[in-house]
Amino acid sequence: MPSLKDLKNRIASVKATQKITKAMKMVAAAKLRRAQEAAEAARPYAERMTKVLAGLSAANAGNAEAPLLLSGTGKDQVHLLIVATGERGLAGGFNSSIIRLARDHALKLLAQGKTVKIITVGRKGNDILRRTFKDNIVDYVTFREIKQLGFAQADEVAHKVLALYNAGEFDIATLFYARFQSVISQVATASQIIPAKFDATQAADASSALYEYEPSEEEILEDLLPKNVAVQIFRALLENNASFYGAQMSAMDNATRNAGDMINKLTLSYNRQRQAQITKELIEIISGAEAL
Amino acid sequence: MAEAFNFELVSPERLLVSEKVTEVVIPATLGEMTVLANHAPTMTTIKPGVVSVKLASGQVNKYVVFGGFADILPTGCTLLAESAVPASELTHATLQKRIETTQAEINHAQSDEHKTKLEQFLAELTHLNGVVNPA
Repeated sequence: MPSLKDLKNRIASVKATQKITKAMKMVAAAKLRRAQEAAEAARPYAERMTKVLAGLSAANAGNAEAPLLLSGTGKDQVHLLIVATGERGLAGGFNSSIIRLARDHALKLLAQGKTVKIITVGRKGNDILRRTFKDNIVDYVTFREIKQLGFAQADEVAHKVLALYNAGEFDIATLFYARFQSVISQVATASQIIPAKFDATQAADASSALYEYEPSEEEILEDLLPKNVAVQIFRALLENNASFYGAQMSAMDNATRNAGDMINKLTLSYNRQRQAQITKELIEIISGAEAL
Repeated sequence: MAEAFNFELVSPERLLVSEKVTEVVIPATLGEMTVLANHAPTMTTIKPGVVSVKLASGQVNKYVVFGGFADILPTGCTLLAESAVPASELTHATLQKRIETTQAEINHAQSDEHKTKLEQFLAELTHLNGVVNPA
């Protein structure tokens, strides 16, 4: 049975923890709003890009000389997994759900006898994946020092990916990130970025207009496809960022609530014990007086 | 009075302009072009340069863009720029920094083709530097 003093100390420490988690929740909420705004601001560009590309790729579908980024290398032997996670923990299941999805995917590919290469974006993913796939990780990018995610960072990742692709280092690239659905729900998602894939409906929409191309259609396509990779990565990073703060906010909210429950329980037993001690002291006094 | 049409200037980070305009001048790769209402559907890549937008009110706004492409339809024009800033906000320092990074990239470029492309880009940037910041 802990003494009164022990209980008092524990209550104080849980209260301090609660203060921290509460503050972290507030900070996450403020950052979440900003991350969400950034993700929304990036949407028009990505949407138009996809629309234009869908039209162009539909027109080039049968073309044997279409750029490799569109048609693929024709093989699916070497897979590149780009795993985007957070830089920090304390965000509930955010990092682990992305990593689990990526790991399952990697193990499945390995079981099929494919080669798997991994690029990790974010410190957390790198730390954990390094344990199991030490030899598969080809590159590691961290944005720890960067306060505001910009397109330049996405471009940096895209550059690395494209350089590997042009060197024939892989055939298919898949991007892993958490799609932001709402503050309480973020879905770990895998999406294939190379070769590019488009919805048939989007293509039908866009190809209805007859365009004049300047310079040629092929040149534009060749110019746009690498940009599209960067845009896809940028979008994923922004979604990831918003998801991270969403996850952190709800994790910290839970932690604050749990700390509150804990304080209630501890206060109850503290009061009980204090009562018991008072009663004990009274009994001693009374029985002492009666003995006289 | 010229007919107005919708013009949008988007960069990956944000939507800069979405307004009714009467005339837009874009620095297309094959030379500058002026877009008016009811332009034939055209898709063109753009090089670093100044986009000048004439609003329906007659006011002219200038933006500096660094590459991208434009999607022109009879009903409107969408410019997807890799990065774009209002001309008034562009400083000599940011431009200089871009020139330096491109220069560094040239030194690291492996294929000649890539190198030529970068050199072209650098020439355009330097030209832009002269236009925006007359010494």
